[in-house]
Amino acid sequence: MFDEYLARRYRTTTRPKKEHYLVKDSAAIVGIGATEFSKDSGRSELQMVCEAVKAAVDDAGLQMEEIDGFVRFEMDYTDEMHICSSLGIPKLTYFAECGWGGGASCSTIVHAAAAIAAGVAECIVCYRGMNEASGRRYGRIPGTPSIMTAPRDHFGSILPFGHCTPPGWVAMFASRYLHEFDATAEDLAWVSVVCREHANRNPNAIFYDRPLTVQECVEARMIIEPLRLYDCCVDTDGAVAIIVASAEKAKKLKQKPAYIVGATQGNATEGELMTSYYRPVISGLPEAWYTGQELWRVTGAIPSDVNVAQFYDAFSPLIPMQLEEYGFCDRGKGMDFCRGGDRIRLGGELPCNTSGSHLSEAYLHGMNLIAEAVRQIRGTSTAQVKNAELSLVTGGLGIPTSAILLRN
Amino acid sequence: MSVEYNADQKIPHPAMWGVLYKSSTPFWDGVKEKRVMLQRCKSCGYWLNPPRPMCPKCRSQESEWVAAKGTGKIYSWVTFNESPHSAFKTPYEAVLVELDEGPRIVSNVVGINSDELEIGMPVEVTFEDVAEDLTLPKFKKVG
Ligand SMILES: [Zn+2]
Repeated sequence: MFDEYLARRYRTTTRPKKEHYLVKDSAAIVGIGATEFSKDSGRSELQMVCEAVKAAVDDAGLQMEEIDGFVRFEMDYTDEMHICSSLGIPKLTYFAECGWGGGASCSTIVHAAAAIAAGVAECIVCYRGMNEASGRRYGRIPGTPSIMTAPRDHFGSILPFGHCTPPGWVAMFASRYLHEFDATAEDLAWVSVVCREHANRNPNAIFYDRPLTVQECVEARMIIEPLRLYDCCVDTDGAVAIIVASAEKAKKLKQKPAYIVGATQGNATEGELMTSYYRPVISGLPEAWYTGQELWRVTGAIPSDVNVAQFYDAFSPLIPMQLEEYGFCDRGKGMDFCRGGDRIRLGGELPCNTSGSHLSEAYLHGMNLIAEAVRQIRGTSTAQVKNAELSLVTGGLGIPTSAILLRN
Repeated sequence: MSVEYNADQKIPHPAMWGVLYKSSTPFWDGVKEKRVMLQRCKSCGYWLNPPRPMCPKCRSQESEWVAAKGTGKIYSWVTFNESPHSAFKTPYEAVLVELDEGPRIVSNVVGINSDELEIGMPVEVTFEDVAEDLTLPKFKKVG
């Protein structure tokens, strides 16, 4: 059943002709902006988002009036209408929203790049703002359903058993993954340690001045077995904005453009929100596999072409799992890839999560990972990969997901 | 071990999921009669788990509910050391049980210590009245 299930993935449906993929190289990320990353912002999400968008517009060397599109996260508590009213953006001709929590991160770029390739807009803001750490919900309508009480049928089958949070949901996959591939807590710790090494070079990271050892990881407080404290991302208050513009416009702007070679999404059948426990195999992430297959197809690149990668890491086991699903190693070999850290740290074969990412920089639902991928193309990362030409970013896991490949 | 509850806190009830909950009604009706009911495609026999309005294999809308034997194996498990909900006293385990018929369900264990809990362990269903209006199918060691 195991082999049959995996083989089924390869029987792909028909795809549009590659030459019809208009997104390739027709848009670029031209501006990035962020607030500070903290445990208590002391202000509203709307205020932080406005600050981040203004910083991104300034970074790009754009006029605020040139913004004509917005792509938001379905889960965000702010919206383009109120952001534009505060920032004095006179008009928009394109706006969209992307679902599935952190799975939306690179989806925002898919929407922006596709809209630009289609000529619907020219200069689009993608953003995320969240007071995840302090839980401040300024502007939130009282009684807005949270993820815990969303009207999702399947939740009725899991919440009565106390199985009711993302760390718990992911721990169930992780438990099976570690079992199937004989991985230990020490193996997993290397993922968190390397992310921390990178964060220790990044003054904007929440854990900038806090080194971390494998020993500390395996002795840390158990949150939800098998996930310990440092296997989980760092709850953060903050906002990040990314500006996508047409390649033509990008050439005239202030920064070196990070051209979008490909931006793809993937859903896989028999899915449930972070609890797809009913597929023949649950030690993989088929959404990521489909997203990756499509990315390699439309871009013509292969995994070994990639110079630097930012893998979505709400929880540490997701990095080895994605190394497998995006084709950087064979199935079941992701943990080997991470063990000891040499292959994934700066200077290694595939430097991963060079800002410290969700585990150690900040948890901004993947948008801080996109900003870091852009810095790698510009040559301005605090853990810069020399001559990085191709920079990969992936979106949230256990849900419909997304990925982008940037080039210089 | 077994889950212990804070008596003054309400355990999340399946009915909280409103009208959509209807697709699982036969499952929860079965639990009241101490049975684990599973939905199966009447046309091709594919298990519809979680319950679905249509068979993803043959697209038939004809389905039937059948009682599972109630035996299976631990497929995966986790221990909550931090409570995500005020009704549950920590620590407690959530398990994914693969029933002998094939489908998997999320549940809790009864009387199994976490240090003896392991993937592949054979288990059988037991029914626990956790609140006046809520019975849950849980799993204990076989025999
Ligand atoms: Zn069928």
